[in-house]
Amino acid sequence: MGKTHVAGAGVDLALRVNGCPRRLHVDSRVTLLDALREDLGLTGTKKGCDQGACGACTVLLDGKRVVSCLVLAAQCDGRDVTTIEGLARDGQLHPVQEAFIRHDGFQCGYCTPGQIMSAVALLQEGRAGSDEEIREFMSGNLCRCGAYPNIVAAIREAAGRQGE
Amino acid sequence: MDPFEYVRAGDVAAAVALVSADPQAQYLAGGTTQIDLMLKDGVIAPERLVDITRLPLSGVTRRDDTLCVGTLTTMEALAADPAVAEQIPFLREALLAGASPQLRNMATIGGNLLQRTRCRYFRDADVTACNKRAPGSGCAAMRGPARMHAILGASEHCIAVHPSDLCVPLVALDAVVDIEGAGRWRSVPLTEFYVLPGDRPDIENVLEHGELLTQVRIPLLPAGARSGYLKVRDRASYEFALTSAAAALLIEGGTIAWARLALGGVGTVPWRAREAEEILCGAPAADRTFRAAAQAALRDPFTVSGTAFKVELARRTVIRILRTVSGARS
Repeated sequence: MGKTHVAGAGVDLALRVNGCPRRLHVDSRVTLLDALREDLGLTGTKKGCDQGACGACTVLLDGKRVVSCLVLAAQCDGRDVTTIEGLARDGQLHPVQEAFIRHDGFQCGYCTPGQIMSAVALLQEGRAGSDEEIREFMSGNLCRCGAYPNIVAAIREAAGRQGE
Repeated sequence: MDPFEYVRAGDVAAAVALVSADPQAQYLAGGTTQIDLMLKDGVIAPERLVDITRLPLSGVTRRDDTLCVGTLTTMEALAADPAVAEQIPFLREALLAGASPQLRNMATIGGNLLQRTRCRYFRDADVTACNKRAPGSGCAAMRGPARMHAILGASEHCIAVHPSDLCVPLVALDAVVDIEGAGRWRSVPLTEFYVLPGDRPDIENVLEHGELLTQVRIPLLPAGARSGYLKVRDRASYEFALTSAAAALLIEGGTIAWARLALGGVGTVPWRAREAEEILCGAPAADRTFRAAAQAALRDPFTVSGTAFKVELARRTVIRILRTVSGARS
């Protein structure tokens, strides 16, 4: 049985961001998105609609993709967050990042961090079985430039499949 | 937005006590509707949020012919449950037809049941006429564009739709919600949980302040029954329903022995179509039966100019899902 914790209007947090322990003191109203960008300086995660509709702010929370604009930072105490800055290893881009570059999976690039975080999760979920499945399970990420065909191609390649 | 106090509840009793004692307090679970309405739209302004996400109310267990689902189970987790996929396939279809993968990872089953309407007039605090937000102020949707609004269970005071996909098969199946309050608990069938708007659209369900949904009990389909969920919408994915229908049929020798039918996207509450079920039961699994059922399901609609098209669209949605589930050629 846990202990009831009254934080009030200011909240102290300890969380892991891209593998590093971080401590924060935030207003209870601050979202995870704003904490990442404003308090931790991780501006790779983008603010698009700021109401859960566009997917630009997608990050992994305890390994699962979420829209960080609708998560209160206060709810992330003790949890594990992965952002676009945490994908590369030893200077090597993540295979999904490389595939997006190879297939030109973006134009202006604003939605791209969210697209890539969502695609990384989609591959872990095993939902890249067909182009149709990729499109359905990427539907939470909008691209106003309309780079969708190249995004699908990049994910298809990262999943190790040939073009259909 | 006004400041609020953030509290993380240690156990269910503490959470219920905290919210029950404070009229300005609300529970916080997945937050996908609530944070949006608070931070972004400024439509609701609780002074205290009691975070219940760490309470032990998630998980799916099977007890005889019932699936017991903790209300903090996420939509994705319930959709991934093998018993749901095998025994209640239209429930899985409805779950995956809703929102996006990111939102389904956050949104809980309890929160889905209690999500607020997507009515654009309700969600826009600059619109003064909304009986759901401000009782007695009127209903802006009655005269404004109203494509996404209700045609069943509506009144001149409110035509806001209950937007859940999940709730459509749940009311069809006679799911029951278990509710914990301060010093008492009770169980309510989901078909009796929601309240029609009438002249008090601000009252949406039978919950009293401080009561917490702890579990949803979902009866499995009878052996041999087939089911399906059809959602008609303006985009192929990630969009709320214009119309939807959940159907389950048990067909023996060409005759419908057992039928369940419910509609989404058209009702002020998740809409169980009992009259249509009576027509289906005992009738041949044929188009003329499906047409009669669709007529019965859409009897006496309440329409405004923007929603009149939904009557025929909903009938066709019903006919098509009944054809699909029965295996009839369309």
